[in-house]
Parts: sequence; C-alpha cells; structure tokens
Amino acid sequence: MASKIFRALYNDDDILMNAVKKVREEKHHIEEVYTPFPVHGLDKALGLDETRISMAAFIYGCLGLTVATVMMNYIMIEDWPQDIGGKPSFSFVQNMPAFVPVMFEMTVFFAAHLMVITFYLRSKMWPFKKAENPLPSTTSDVFLMEVAVKEGEEKALTELLLDTGAIEVQQPKA
Amino acid sequence: MYQFSQRFKITTFVLMGLGLLGLAYGFLSAPSTVEEAKAIVAAHAADGHGDAHGATSDHGNTTHESVAHDEHGTAEHQSDDAHATEESHHEAATVAEDHHAEHDQHVFDQMRNRPWSAFYVSALFAFLIALGVLAFYAVNRAAQAGWSPLLFRVMEGITSYLIPGGIILFVFFVLSALHMNHLFVWMDPEVVAHDELIQNKSGYLNSTFFLIRAAIFIGGWIFYQQFSRKLSLAEETATDTKSFVLNFRVSAGFLVFFLVTESIMSWDWIMSVDPHWFSTLFGWYVFASFFVSGITTIALFTLYLKSKGLLEEVNNSHIHDLAKFMFGISIFWTYLWFSQFMLIWYADIPEEVTYYAMRFESYKVPFLGMLVLNFLFPLLVIMRSDYKRIPWFVQTVGIIILTGHYLDFYNMIMPGTVGAHWSIGIPEIGGILFFAGLFLFVVATALTKVPVTPKGSPLLGESKHFHY
Repeated sequence: MASKIFRALYNDDDILMNAVKKVREEKHHIEEVYTPFPVHGLDKALGLDETRISMAAFIYGCLGLTVATVMMNYIMIEDWPQDIGGKPSFSFVQNMPAFVPVMFEMTVFFAAHLMVITFYLRSKMWPFKKAENPLPSTTSDVFLMEVAVKEGEEKALTELLLDTGAIEVQQPKA
Repeated sequence: MYQFSQRFKITTFVLMGLGLLGLAYGFLSAPSTVEEAKAIVAAHAADGHGDAHGATSDHGNTTHESVAHDEHGTAEHQSDDAHATEESHHEAATVAEDHHAEHDQHVFDQMRNRPWSAFYVSALFAFLIALGVLAFYAVNRAAQAGWSPLLFRVMEGITSYLIPGGIILFVFFVLSALHMNHLFVWMDPEVVAHDELIQNKSGYLNSTFFLIRAAIFIGGWIFYQQFSRKLSLAEETATDTKSFVLNFRVSAGFLVFFLVTESIMSWDWIMSVDPHWFSTLFGWYVFASFFVSGITTIALFTLYLKSKGLLEEVNNSHIHDLAKFMFGISIFWTYLWFSQFMLIWYADIPEEVTYYAMRFESYKVPFLGMLVLNFLFPLLVIMRSDYKRIPWFVQTVGIIILTGHYLDFYNMIMPGTVGAHWSIGIPEIGGILFFAGLFLFVVATALTKVPVTPKGSPLLGESKHFHY
C-alpha cells in the first residue's frame, strides 16, 4: 500500500469513458470510479469481472419456489385440509394449479428481496453506514476517478489525466 | 442481394410435393361411408388400442395404454345410457337404435374431418406466423424502435406470405361454408336445428357473416402489409421523412384495427369449432401463441441470412433482443394459458370444463407436451443472458418453440373437429411439409426482391450502432 492515489475529476460521462480507456492503456491502475448515475459500459471499460448476481437471483428464485411448495403443502394439505370449491384436498399434485400463483409470487419475492440484500452486503452498504465517496459532489454532477500512482510518476500521470479531459487532478496531501 | 439458390428452391418444391401427397393420402384414406367408418373403429378396437368409442365393450380391459381412453369411452357410454333411460318411457328400443345411428354418423363426420383439419391447422399456423410478424413490425414502426430497422426487410419478406396464405384460408372457409367438411358444426343447418345454444348465436355465427368478416380481416391485414411495405421502400430514395412519418401513423392505426380483428378472428376461426364453449381471454391467448412464433421466425430467418454473409451490420445484440422477445413472449403465453386454464379448472362449471376434460382425457401427450416445449424449454435454455447471443442456441429453441406452438394450434382445433380420432400421421405431417415448403418458397422469393439491408430510414444509424 505504498502507492498514492490521485483523484481526477470529470464533468461528462463520455469524456470519462474515454479517459478510463486511455488510462488503462497506459497501464495505470484505476482503484475506483464514482459517478452520479450508472454509466452504460463503464464496467466493461474498467475490465471488471462479470456480475454473479444473476446466478444468485436464480438460486434465490429456486429457494422461493421450494419454500412456497413446502409451505402450501403444509398449510393446505397436511395441517388443515379444506374443501374449497369441491377440490380434492388431500393431494398436493391434484391441487397444484391453485397453488401456482402463490408459488410464482414467492419465487419472485425471494429472488427480488434476497438479490437486493445480497447487492447491499456485497457493496458493503448497511443501515447507518457512513458514505464512502471521497467527494460529496460525485452524487450530483462530478465524475471522479481514483488512480494509483507509482513513485516518481506523479508528474507524468497528472499530465496524462489532464490530457484526457480532467477538469481537476487532486493529489493527496503529503 | 439475397439469392434464392436452386438447391433451396428444389427443397421447397420437394416439401410441397411430399406434403401434397400426404394430404391426398389423408383424403383418400378417409372413410366415404358410415359403414366404412364403423369398420375402421371396430378394427382399431380389436387391435387392443382401445379407441374411445370402440372401447365401450372392453370395460374389463385394464391394459395400461387404454385406461384413459376407456374412461372416456365409459363416460360416453354412461351418458348414452342416461339418455336412453330418460326416454325409455316411450320406445326404448327405437330410441337406442336412433342414438346409435346418430353416434355412428358423428364418428363418421369426425373421421372425414381429419384430413381437412390436418390441412387447416397447418394453413392457419403458417398464416398466423406471418400475421404475428406483421404485428411485431407494426409495433416497431409505431414505437419508432431504434434497434430494429435493420431487420425490417426480413420482416417484410415474411409478411409477404399473408397474400397466398390468406387466399388459401379464405378458399378453405368458402369450402367449409359449402359443407365440403364438418369442421364448423354451426354451419350445418341440421345441427343448428337441434341445438338451441347455437340457434341463439346464429345472428353472429352464420356462414355469410363469417365469410364477410374473414374477407374484411384478411383484406385489411394484407392492405396494411402492402401499403407499409411501399412506404418502407420509399424511404430508400426519400429526401425527407414524409413516408417515414406516414408509415408511423398508419402502423399505429393498424395496431388498433389489428387488436380488434385479431380477437374476433380467434373466436371465428378457432373458438367456433367448439361452438358451445367460450373464453374471454381466448383472443389474447391465440395472439401470444402466434406472436412468439412470428418473432421466432424472424430470428431464424435473420440467422439464416447472416450465415449467407448478408445483414453484416446485424450484431449479436440484435439477436439477443430477438431472443429476449422469444423468451418473454413464451412466458407471457404460459401466463395466459394458465390464466385461462386455472379459472375454468377452479370454477368447474360443466359447460366450460368440458373443453379441458376432453383434452386431458384424449389429448394428454400433445396437450401436456406442448407445455414442456413452449414453457420449460425456453425458460431453461435461453434464460441466461449469454445464451441469447449464441446462434445455435437460438435456432434450437426456435425450432422447439415452432413445434410447440404448432401443437398448441393442433390442440385448439383437433378436439373440436376430429374428437378422439386424432393422430399425428401422414395427413398431419403432409400438411406441415406442404405449408413449410410454401412458406419458405414465398418468403425466400420475397427476400430476393430488394437488398435485405435497408437504407434511408431515419433510425437506421441507431440500429447499426445498437449495442447492449
């Protein structure tokens, strides 16, 4: 952790995208990028791993389907069978069509809620957590790119960043 | 420019020829007298296949394959008995005999219907695929979608099948109205005379009005197809956006016309083969079925043209979007199928539930198999984002979807027209081959007319840069 971090500020997402590509071409390491809104294609430009949230969502959905099936079987078949509309109540399979809406909704419910919770935890966000973004204005109109700088390259990097269209390059106080 | 190769052309002719042979075989092998029909039924029953009507005599038969049929047969028999006892106060013997004669006539009609139904299911499916593409095209025009203009020529090529397909269907309806077949029982004055329910509907369900409606629908759809195609081609040389804007307006208007006429079409052409039964969301259900088939056909033709080195600018994001529609509308179809099924199953009202009882008793394999093909396969195979961009995945699922939705229409028509005497044999496969050949021939010919990559559309640039 010897390297210092430079902060380059941008005011446009297109300029930022090009800057990210240029900086990575020059073999500098980008620590993190803060943007006021999701920038389409930024994850690919940064070379981030593909998200695994969709696989997680699929597993959560399967879990929800299982929970709903077990739950309806217990409630409607085993624990307290009820004669609704003359439907046979002692067999899950024969009553299954009536449970499909519940099974569907529970699948969606589990997939959606657990996916959001997973996303928050994975992003290290929880209630009362203090914001991590280095500059409050990245939540309104400023794009910020954090670049690691090696010993002795400070000047070259600053020039490169200004070249890519940065409106300002902030250096850590020594 | 797309070249319709000699080999492909010959293939389509071979398909049509084989199909015609199959259909001709179907017509020739259908019984021509009631006695013949009875003999066929008796032969089937003796084979131990337990034909529904013939099996009434093997009540003791417990072999596995004939159990379902047996139940049905028993039910029929019981209802026959009930009728007989009801009227037995008068002249039991003659009534029972009358009943048997009526029953034999019914079976004879159903067996005569089979080649007609085989022809009709395929003719209808091929036509509705083109209609589904037309609807998709109109949606894209009306929404001014940015991703799809590159595919407009492909869609216009497919919708060109509406003209021959529409003419074939209309001729078929005229022949039905002339009592050449017994598909639409409400067209038969004999039947209507004894059926109060149909009598009450006859202000709407009569041959003349039916043919007038069919002419208006087919004519309206073909008119939009031709007009929009003309405006679309005018974009190539236009210096302003007049034709583009006019096309947008016409397409929006067409969608209104389409949604009304499509719904009525589904009652007329499909639901009326079971004239006692009705379902309020039937129009949507049919629409979802041919909409997804149409989109699948667009994807298959696009991939085919790409494999010929055309449509270079269509990238995998376009394929991804088509596959997303295939996936989404498949789920939508399932949703409507289930909505229709569950309400009827739950309410269990006799006049509604017969529709599904018939399918569960006599059509188990195509009826439940179709759910696997149309729901489970698309769900599991192209759920993953990456798989929607892999051509052979999309092609495989596409063929499964088309098979499944053919079966869907099969299940809509056959139970009402041939009853338990169904099979997927030479006449049905003949129908599929003939219309597959005709469809491919017409569409491929239309695709050769103009370059498959359009130019001049104001949204073309966006479509070329489309990136997911």
